[in-house]
Amino acid sequence: MWIYEKKLEYPVKIKNPNPKMAKYIITQYGGPDGELAASLRYLSQRFSMVTPQARATLNDIGTEELAHLEIVGSMVRQLMDDVSIEEIKESDLGAYYADHDKAVYPISAAGNPFTAAYIQSKGDPVTDLYEDMAAEQKARSTYEWLINLADDPDVIEPLKFLRAREVVHFQRFGEALRIVQDKLAEKKFYVKKPE
Amino acid sequence: MDKNRQKLLKQLSALDFMAVDLNLYLDTHPYDRDALLRYNSIVMQANALRSYYERMYGPLYSFRSTSDYPWRWINNPWPWEYEFNFKLAGEE
Ligand SMILES: [Fe+2]
Repeated sequence: MWIYEKKLEYPVKIKNPNPKMAKYIITQYGGPDGELAASLRYLSQRFSMVTPQARATLNDIGTEELAHLEIVGSMVRQLMDDVSIEEIKESDLGAYYADHDKAVYPISAAGNPFTAAYIQSKGDPVTDLYEDMAAEQKARSTYEWLINLADDPDVIEPLKFLRAREVVHFQRFGEALRIVQDKLAEKKFYVKKPE
Repeated sequence: MDKNRQKLLKQLSALDFMAVDLNLYLDTHPYDRDALLRYNSIVMQANALRSYYERMYGPLYSFRSTSDYPWRWINNPWPWEYEFNFKLAGEE
């Protein structure tokens, strides 16, 4: 089960609202390489992992991604705080406002609603861990493009934190993959019975 | 008063972050005794600080923390709000 802790993993304290930036950053909430996709991917894949290390890694990174989802949602919310209708019309946020007001909804920067088609859960731990490593790299790149789009340190700092976590997660998934491959090699253990 | 809460929260967040990071490291290095000792020590420090924070400012955990009367869990601010968080940006 999960226990909610009433604090963020990393603080979000954005003084100056910026609806344009909200529209970009929301892609890490509900977009293809976002935190919702990440948590759902790892928390689903963990059921078919084969070593204790890989199970724990998927479980615990999947959990941390939920904390990142909360950080990104907090950023989006604060970036839209106290923004006037005029500012919304001037920024790209008008279409979003028409559907969601200033609520936080899982959607990509291009406006596509979240879909489970962003993730896989394949039953083969090697396949899944390769996907996970790629996913971490894609998330890292996205945070870099978001940092390029931002000029406010209140926005850049949490983005840098999130980017750094993707690098660590990539490293841990790489280690889990090596452990899984060693185990499969040594035990002559097949995930799927060969015909 | 809020300054003090934010200072405590900052210390607690730093300890908890080290615990999260070491937890992931230990998942793939379960025999690293030094990392494990460090992890245990950080978790104990964080637990002590967390108890103190909760006595002063109310529950941090859903259904794991006790509360004074009336039920303090619902108190503002919530973590996603500007007022809740401490400032890190621009600091080195
Ligand atoms: Fe990640």
